[in-house]
Amino acid sequence: MTRLVRRQGWVAGLLVLFVVLLVITRLIQPGYGSGDFGSLVRAVLPYAFAVAAQTIVVIAGGIDLSVGAMMALTSVTAASMMDGASEEYALFVVPFVLAMGLVLGAVNGMLIVVTRVPDIVVTLATLFVLQGAALLVLGAPGGAVAEWLRATIIGTVPIPGLPGISAWIPKALVLLVVCLCIIWIPLKRSKLGLSIYAIGSSELAAFRSGVPVARTKIIAYALSGLFGAMGGLALTMSTGIGAPIPGPYLLASVAAVVLGGVALGGGKGGLLGPIVAVFVLRLVRTDLTLLAIDPNVTAIIEGAIMVAVVMFGAFITMRGRQ
Amino acid sequence: MSISAIQPVPFGRRLKRFMADRPLIPLIILLVMLVVILQVLRPGIVNERWLANTVKFAIPLAILAGCQTMTMLTGGIDLSVGTVATMSAFIMATQVVNHDPAVAILIALVPAVLIGLVNGIGVGVFRVHPLIMTLGTSLIGTGCLQVYQRTVIASGAKIPPFLAWLGTGLTYGVPNALLLFVPIAVLIVFTLNRTGFGRLLYAVGDNEGAARLSGVRYWQVITALYVISSVLAGITGLLYIGLIKAPSLSLAEPLVLPSVAAAVIGGTSIFGGRGGYTGTIIGALILTVLTTLLTILQMPEGARRILFGLIVLFVTAAYLRIIEDR
Repeated sequence: MTRLVRRQGWVAGLLVLFVVLLVITRLIQPGYGSGDFGSLVRAVLPYAFAVAAQTIVVIAGGIDLSVGAMMALTSVTAASMMDGASEEYALFVVPFVLAMGLVLGAVNGMLIVVTRVPDIVVTLATLFVLQGAALLVLGAPGGAVAEWLRATIIGTVPIPGLPGISAWIPKALVLLVVCLCIIWIPLKRSKLGLSIYAIGSSELAAFRSGVPVARTKIIAYALSGLFGAMGGLALTMSTGIGAPIPGPYLLASVAAVVLGGVALGGGKGGLLGPIVAVFVLRLVRTDLTLLAIDPNVTAIIEGAIMVAVVMFGAFITMRGRQ
Repeated sequence: MSISAIQPVPFGRRLKRFMADRPLIPLIILLVMLVVILQVLRPGIVNERWLANTVKFAIPLAILAGCQTMTMLTGGIDLSVGTVATMSAFIMATQVVNHDPAVAILIALVPAVLIGLVNGIGVGVFRVHPLIMTLGTSLIGTGCLQVYQRTVIASGAKIPPFLAWLGTGLTYGVPNALLLFVPIAVLIVFTLNRTGFGRLLYAVGDNEGAARLSGVRYWQVITALYVISSVLAGITGLLYIGLIKAPSLSLAEPLVLPSVAAAVIGGTSIFGGRGGYTGTIIGALILTVLTTLLTILQMPEGARRILFGLIVLFVTAAYLRIIEDR
């Protein structure tokens, strides 16, 4: 038990922080209820997928600067394909866009492996490419989304007999958990997942132990692309349109990954920490808005929190090592 | 081994080895090629005025890329340069309304020093990853700037004539900005190649543990480095506002990612320990000419970005092949 706490200490701390923040929210705004929680989850949804995309690449020892651009491209593709199309057509659009993300992510990985250019430079270049492609698909925000897709993230999951609890389980949360678990849990338990941690920890050691480094890296980036595409779809689903200029998803994803206890060097951490971290970050923003604080001051506070927490984390690891 | 060795080396190998020994040559060839393509596409465009314009727009990029080069030599990166440049430009333009230009410039450089100090302490003392640290401080800086903007909205902004002269003026066809850039460039090259501080940067980036064991005070080197980088970024902001002449809250932001690209194209390793500033300058020139080229082709904005990304990737990959293949 103590070992579990020590290993998951960071995540547990984040969860406590989240609960404390919820209590604070309740104190600030006594009327804060299930409906507000639902809108928080809907706002978090695209961020959470961006964070998942970043997490998997960072664990593999890389970094993906093209997350935001990937989301923009998949979002505008989905929105422009569904524009004026029938409801059933969306059944085809969703897998298509997900496959597109997977392929584009794999291309990212292949470029890194083949050219031997550092990850940060390759994904910087693909950031420009994907952003350009998004602008070509849709020059200005527009498009549409199928009604049933919108409905999948609005409202709550009905549990018969327990209306009190079911009000606190928004559909968006279920969608998020399902999408993440379907990919993450089998991955974490497979040889592939171990290989991803191995190449992040030490590429040379992994290579010498017989891990196919190039293939693992490509798969890690492909999965990141898949999460990115989910993020793009989530974006289209929640706004109803596609926007070719991405929001601040890159910065938010890197921040949440670090806050979530994933080392930027790679090989450490899990998916749960970053996801909780992104909830914490969004809730802080909600609280600051509820306190009627100037949104610009909010940006300062967010940045300060990010820097302070990361410094604190680094300080703790330093003390632990001595 | 002289060239007249008994075993005749094939010409291709010899050429490659020659280029690997002098990494600047392939870069210069690429730059000349781009200019030639430009001239072929639009005959007569390459003239004195075009040259002066290109240099004028390359200089801010080259100074920011100098910040990246120095931080990248230690294995870091400074993504706050865009925010710092914007802050100093905006603060100068609004303070100059009430103050003497010299005082306004001094006031404008204070946040630059502060941000550099915070970056340096975060990276050097607390060992935060430079990417996170500089992203975080740039977020804070942008927020502060937005709040600040609210307080000066009534007073308006203006650009002191001598900054406009420095940014856009020409003397005998030579951009005045070179007056600022040449000393900075010489100073950076001299610092990196001939001073103890420069050696320490290479040493820290090459092998931090070894540098530490040889008695290098890591945190002092890093703190000094990030402060220098921020001050340079602040000066760039002052120069850039003289060139653009329209203060805005995202003035220098579009230069950040190209500045990283310029340093990488110039042959500085993002993992530290290898590279230099002369390559970076040529990298900045290449990117500027490339932007002109893509603008002249009159492509849609999307296609231009795609090509820009692809070319940056291709050039970096090709260049790494050339210098690594020894």
